[in-house]
Amino acid sequence: MGMFRLRGGTSLSDREFREIVKESSEPRARYSMTAGQAYSRFFEGLKNGVILGTVCDSCGMVFIPPKIYCPYCFRSVSRWVESSGEGKVFTAVASYISADVKPLDKPEIVAVIKLDVPGYRFDNYRFPGIMHRICNASDEDVKTQRIFDARVRARWLPKEKRTGSINDIECFEVV
Amino acid sequence: MVEVAVIGMGYSGFSPSTPHLSFREMVYEAAKRAYIDAGDIDPRRDIDAFVSCQEDFWEGVSISDEFAPEQIGGVLKPVYTVAGDGLQCIASAVAMIKSGAFDVVAVEAHGKPSEISTLSDIVRFSFDPIYVRPLDLASIHALQAIEARAFMDSFNISKEALGLYVVMSRRNGLRSSRASHASEIDLDTYMKSDMVSDPLSEHDIAPFSDAAIVAVLASDTVARGYSDDLVWVRGVGFASDIYTYVFRDLSIDRSARIAADKAYKMAGIDSPKSLRNLVVELDERYSYKALQTLISIGLAGPDIARDLESGVFNRSGAIPVNPGGGALSEGVPLEAHGLARLLSGYEQLKGRAGSAQIDDAENAIIHGWRGFATATSSIVVLSR
Repeated sequence: MGMFRLRGGTSLSDREFREIVKESSEPRARYSMTAGQAYSRFFEGLKNGVILGTVCDSCGMVFIPPKIYCPYCFRSVSRWVESSGEGKVFTAVASYISADVKPLDKPEIVAVIKLDVPGYRFDNYRFPGIMHRICNASDEDVKTQRIFDARVRARWLPKEKRTGSINDIECFEVV
Repeated sequence: MVEVAVIGMGYSGFSPSTPHLSFREMVYEAAKRAYIDAGDIDPRRDIDAFVSCQEDFWEGVSISDEFAPEQIGGVLKPVYTVAGDGLQCIASAVAMIKSGAFDVVAVEAHGKPSEISTLSDIVRFSFDPIYVRPLDLASIHALQAIEARAFMDSFNISKEALGLYVVMSRRNGLRSSRASHASEIDLDTYMKSDMVSDPLSEHDIAPFSDAAIVAVLASDTVARGYSDDLVWVRGVGFASDIYTYVFRDLSIDRSARIAADKAYKMAGIDSPKSLRNLVVELDERYSYKALQTLISIGLAGPDIARDLESGVFNRSGAIPVNPGGGALSEGVPLEAHGLARLLSGYEQLKGRAGSAQIDDAENAIIHGWRGFATATSSIVVLSR
């Protein structure tokens, strides 16, 4: 143990550390959070296979996921628009290790997708988007940056399996 | 010296549950109203900085600070979070404005206890992990009941005296549109109610409610540009006592006493009782806490029971306390409760308290406490 050595003192083994602990407890923390007006309608949309957003008529920003206010103009927004369900990869990563530090059988490709909303154009700073898995890309596509700007489309779960969750979109696939 | 005014306040909620709005949407609604109240200001242009009072375990989100800016208009502006009661945020905002670095600061606090499925467990998690939590106390109210008993013994206060307070405050709550738990009860009903943790029965313990509250504070120079009918923050103070019960004075609340002393000194007040046309808004989430606070902050002496009987703290008394009800009627929206008291005091001084209005209210002493097992208190003195 120990990648470096400190001068002086007495080193403790893992067992010794564990013996010192006198009390252990874990939080019993459960919450059931309201999605709210914007997200509720968004999730209803997902059940029906559409990705909905709201538009700020002041700055033209489209919010996906939607908000009932524009954080930039600080005004209420209530006009809803629909994404085509397609977009392009803004950025992507390949993960090789799971959250509990186990090697994954197959690298997980996660991307931020800039979504298309017919009739609107966006710059690369503020845009309607979604973070999701890309299911038909390899880590090579990420490493070579081929995946960047690739056209992708939402792959939906069968309607009867949708629950009104972000996972109603199984993943995005490169068109 | 820079003076500080509250130029606007707004709120959303004050119901046992709010399933129609996310916490963000609730805060947005409160902020929008506060900014309109402040003279239809645009936070993106007119507000220099924001302070948010919240606590991760109540939120169910870690590093919940990061969720604070957007619904108050604070995106890409200075925003920081105080893990404390809303009144502690007011103290921060006053200091920020008095420093000269900011002219207009917005303060936000919210609580959605209806969304915490294991609320008692979250409260237990705030207990000392080595000495108290392993006791696995049956009632989370036991710690406050211990303090209640020590306080009552020290000042020879009977259960009837607590009852007189509860009956008064719950009746006051009927005058407020924010008090969804208000009801008229008589002393007999109170005395017969079921004990939760002796000496506290169910009527001594405030329920919960969901609410979001936003306040806008400004320097005198800026504030005078918005209105000539201003509510001034004349004094603020806050203090925390030691957490461990056995090392703390349980008869009076020394954190409240120190907070009050500081606030009174800043406001140039020798005796708080001498303030003309005074209203007091204090934390009554446990009935005894209200009485303990009144003694601790110099508004009552050891003969407080006699004051209660003679109606000193009634709406028509010399020192009206929670004249539109307090936590027992409104419920406790967690860290937003201090701002709920500030809101009621602000409305009194603006003459906008509706049927809860105390005629000619001119000064207000606002008290905040962090609740369950804590020993952190804040005092704000307002004047018009």
